[in-house]
Amino acid sequence: MVRRRINIVSNLDWVIIGIYLSLIIIGWLNIYSAEFNESGKSVFDLSQRYGKQLLWIMAALVISIIIIIIDSRFYQYFASLLYGLVIIPLILVLVLGTEIHGSRSWFVFGNFHFQPSEFAKCVTGLALARYLCLPNIKLQNFRHLLLSLAIIVFPGILIMLQPDTGSTLVYASLIIVLYREGLPAIYVIVGIILTLLFLFTLIFDKLYIIIALIILVFIFYFFIEKRKRFFFTGITVFIITGGLIWLISLILSLNISIYFMIMLTLVITGIIYSILSYRYKLKYIMLVFVFLIGSVTFTFSVDYVVHNVLKEHQQKRINVLLGLDSDPLGSGYNINQSKIAIGSGGMLGKGYLRGTQTKFNFVPEQSTDFIFCTIGEEWGFAGGAFVVILFVSLLLRILYLAEQQRTRFSRIYGYSVFSILLFHFLVNIGMTIGLFPVIGIPLPFISYGGSSLWGFTILLFIFLRLNASRTEFL
Amino acid sequence: MKNQFENRKFVVGGLLILFALVLLVKLFSLQIIKTSYRLSADNNVLRYVPQFPARGLIFDRNGELIVYNEAAYDLMVVPSQLSAFDTTDLCNLLSMDKTSLETKIQEAKDYSTFIPSPLLKQISSITYARLQEKLFRLPGFYVQTRTLRKYSRDISSHILGYVGEVSDKVINEDPYYKLGDYIGISGIEKSYEKVLRGKKGVNIFLVDVHNRIKGPYQNGRHDELPVVGSNLTATFDADLQAYGEKLMENKTGSIVALEPSSGEVLAMISAPSYKPSLLIGRIRSLNYLNLLQDTLKPLFNRALMASYPPGSTFKTINGLIGLQEKVLFPRSEYYCDLGYYARGIYVGCHNHYSPLDLTRAVQNSCNAYFCNVFRNILDSRQYSDIHESFESWRNHLLSFGFGQTISLDFPNELKGFIPKSSYYDRYYGKTGWSSLTLISLAIGQGELGITPLQMANMTAVIANRGYYFSPHIAKNIDGLEEDQEKTELKHFTSIDSINFTAIIEGMDLAVNGAPGTGSTARIARIDSITVCGKTGTAENPHGEDHSLFLAFAPKDNPKIAIVVVVENGGFGSTYAAPIASLMIEKYLKGSVNRKWIEDYILKTDLIHGQKEN
Ligand SMILES: [Zn+2]
Repeated sequence: MVRRRINIVSNLDWVIIGIYLSLIIIGWLNIYSAEFNESGKSVFDLSQRYGKQLLWIMAALVISIIIIIIDSRFYQYFASLLYGLVIIPLILVLVLGTEIHGSRSWFVFGNFHFQPSEFAKCVTGLALARYLCLPNIKLQNFRHLLLSLAIIVFPGILIMLQPDTGSTLVYASLIIVLYREGLPAIYVIVGIILTLLFLFTLIFDKLYIIIALIILVFIFYFFIEKRKRFFFTGITVFIITGGLIWLISLILSLNISIYFMIMLTLVITGIIYSILSYRYKLKYIMLVFVFLIGSVTFTFSVDYVVHNVLKEHQQKRINVLLGLDSDPLGSGYNINQSKIAIGSGGMLGKGYLRGTQTKFNFVPEQSTDFIFCTIGEEWGFAGGAFVVILFVSLLLRILYLAEQQRTRFSRIYGYSVFSILLFHFLVNIGMTIGLFPVIGIPLPFISYGGSSLWGFTILLFIFLRLNASRTEFL
Repeated sequence: MKNQFENRKFVVGGLLILFALVLLVKLFSLQIIKTSYRLSADNNVLRYVPQFPARGLIFDRNGELIVYNEAAYDLMVVPSQLSAFDTTDLCNLLSMDKTSLETKIQEAKDYSTFIPSPLLKQISSITYARLQEKLFRLPGFYVQTRTLRKYSRDISSHILGYVGEVSDKVINEDPYYKLGDYIGISGIEKSYEKVLRGKKGVNIFLVDVHNRIKGPYQNGRHDELPVVGSNLTATFDADLQAYGEKLMENKTGSIVALEPSSGEVLAMISAPSYKPSLLIGRIRSLNYLNLLQDTLKPLFNRALMASYPPGSTFKTINGLIGLQEKVLFPRSEYYCDLGYYARGIYVGCHNHYSPLDLTRAVQNSCNAYFCNVFRNILDSRQYSDIHESFESWRNHLLSFGFGQTISLDFPNELKGFIPKSSYYDRYYGKTGWSSLTLISLAIGQGELGITPLQMANMTAVIANRGYYFSPHIAKNIDGLEEDQEKTELKHFTSIDSINFTAIIEGMDLAVNGAPGTGSTARIARIDSITVCGKTGTAENPHGEDHSLFLAFAPKDNPKIAIVVVVENGGFGSTYAAPIASLMIEKYLKGSVNRKWIEDYILKTDLIHGQKEN
């Protein structure tokens, strides 16, 4: 046993541990700066966030040692159990949690806040790995794919109910894991198309999108269909049907919307085409048509959800980001403040503790979600780029090690760690510099908060532990 | 562990590098290329001064200005910029003592050391002028201008509502609001907060360590101009409203007047009331507390939030339902021998000619007649049992808007109460009740809760012969298309138009019948205007009964539907009918000729226990 433990220490990946420690130190220094004020006494002052964060860091180190000591097989064998154990507090928090800023995400014990969703990411990775490493599980099999998605989506839905949109979206990043494990490319392509359509629906009127889609489909059809005759028949049928419907509504002075007219035209054209394609064996036409109808339906649903389901402040944030709305003291205020703070940093920054914009409430949540503002303001582009490079190195190292794993379980878990950290890193920094909507997720290892620090520490160190035992079992 | 998908690691890694590059490029452009975000080195501080727009004005239906704004000055403090200053001097200037100044500053510190907090609100313009000269010696202090509500006529507080400081809860939910901002708390100010408030702007200034503004940051490139709030034209008539408030002085109760052809609220009075000017400025919190502790509850809007059994006014509804259900015909006659007797139950009636048909029964308000009608409805053979017939009766009531909120834009409207059959099951058991058990519903007593607004709406339904428009208080908002879909939607009741004739004739006779024919509301008669009305008395277990009267006029093409409730006013004809009649005369003729009735009402004091007359 003694020999094995020594082995493990030398087998640990010290590159990752080095980056981990650097990020934590950078984080604490900047939390200190963001929260620094004249009333704080010492760095151990537990009434201040930097004092508390020191405590969380100590605890995180203890947690990481415990994780390293535990046998690596534990994580694989108990993955499902751990998954179940973390789901329970996710349900309980909906009932017993305390509402803060409109979300029921926290258990509050006196001065201590605990956020169960921060731990759910890690066990979801474990459970996903556990399921996908079973023999004969293939993502090309639709049932298996659905089950894998269910493992991912279930905690996501529970977190959505809190509601915590940011943490929910993190689960979408696990698509990367599925992609690596053989998710058919068609899903990825459809996913990208839907994402683009989604964004366009938010920016442009749905009428333009539908017209653009129709034109696109016709152009596409023009190139794939060799017999041009059918192409021109198609256009003629479409125009005549559309014209007729328009005329009828005009003559009878029916008050129907233009969307309805377009949909009706599409459906009628579709029916005529189905007959044509059946008779002349036009291969692509149905596929193209299904794509068109699908896209149009999707556009309408997104439009409906955005205008009727999303809450006003969520709509606003999206609008501000897309430049459709400016509201300097509302949601745009946060982004503008954040950009002024980072932008004012220049090349080398204003110097440690010299920031003027990131102190106290100019930038909201300056020690949690917007900690990158402090880094950008006080350390300038040099500091910001350094943090970005640290994260990229960490992620590339995880990716490299994941590919080195001998068991499918370890590799999949490694990819889960990669995906989750990647999402947090890109979205958090992206939102502080105005590339992404403010969805309120922390920057791993750097943002203030015990739950998030411990969550990420557990996430990362389980992978380190699995990696250390790479050579142990064959 | 090689597998066919291994090459996908390059896609994943490539995407990571790509996205990271996007971040770096954006960061580079933000920090190095765009100079607009950069601040000069010597520790300059940006000060964000919100620019508050003037709140939208409110006019009455005739375009008379009712609510406007005046400037007010708040002294703000930024704790992080404070340095030693002459506290005594400042205390003298603001006429406040040293300890309260210190607590105020501490409170501001607790909120935020860098965000400005109000230290003293609404200082006078004289203090402001004197303060202005000394501000340069007071780093960390500055004065912010904003506006306060003013009222051209001190009326209609319950319609207008008031404006007050935003609560912590709202600040958490809506990022638009910051500590110390104002928000509409009730009435129109609340319902139309979003259009009235306009949109805050912000000026960003560079401020040096001596609290001197060195100029706009980046020449104001990041500033936002405030957008002035939209003006709102309300549906009420200020003269009618003021007159109604005067008539209701020294009484408890309410008046609601609607325009039947549009659902517009012409007047809404809840008495006792308060003056809207009491709830603005620094006097607000003290006055609010006094009003809150007043046992007569002047803050309580009875027109929307009090519910009463509708008493005899409800006979019109039971008559309509009887006709619609075909268990009653206009010519149906019933005898009345000073009341209604059936199996040990007795509902008394007054002395009048007998038998009566429907129109004369409404005119005379005969209890026995409507007990018969009500029992015929519930015992109708079309329904298998009492539950079914009761639910059918109830559905007719729901179509009148009872038991639900009906207005488009009044916050805090009460739903009222119309029992379900299950309600009686709970009390009497499934088979333990019959039409006789519920007989008090025949004459509008018992388990009914109807708000004055709902009664006025029911009057509008009768005036319109079968439908209503949702009552609303906003007529027009500048720069906004009126939501015509909602205001112009006709809500049809389940009663056919033809069935209203007999009831309306009865309401006409109740007011205009020849002397000695048993008309119950001859006091409401106005020469040259045909007023149709119905009296009512709501039984009050806690004291004197409530006096009710509903009416509309003129009979053809009605312009006003009105309901008056006078709490503890006894019979409907005693106070409610003359008040309604005066209101109708005022609205339709512009002035009141029947001075003796006016005097009689004005002299009546039902609150202080000295009944005149
Ligand atoms: Zn009678």
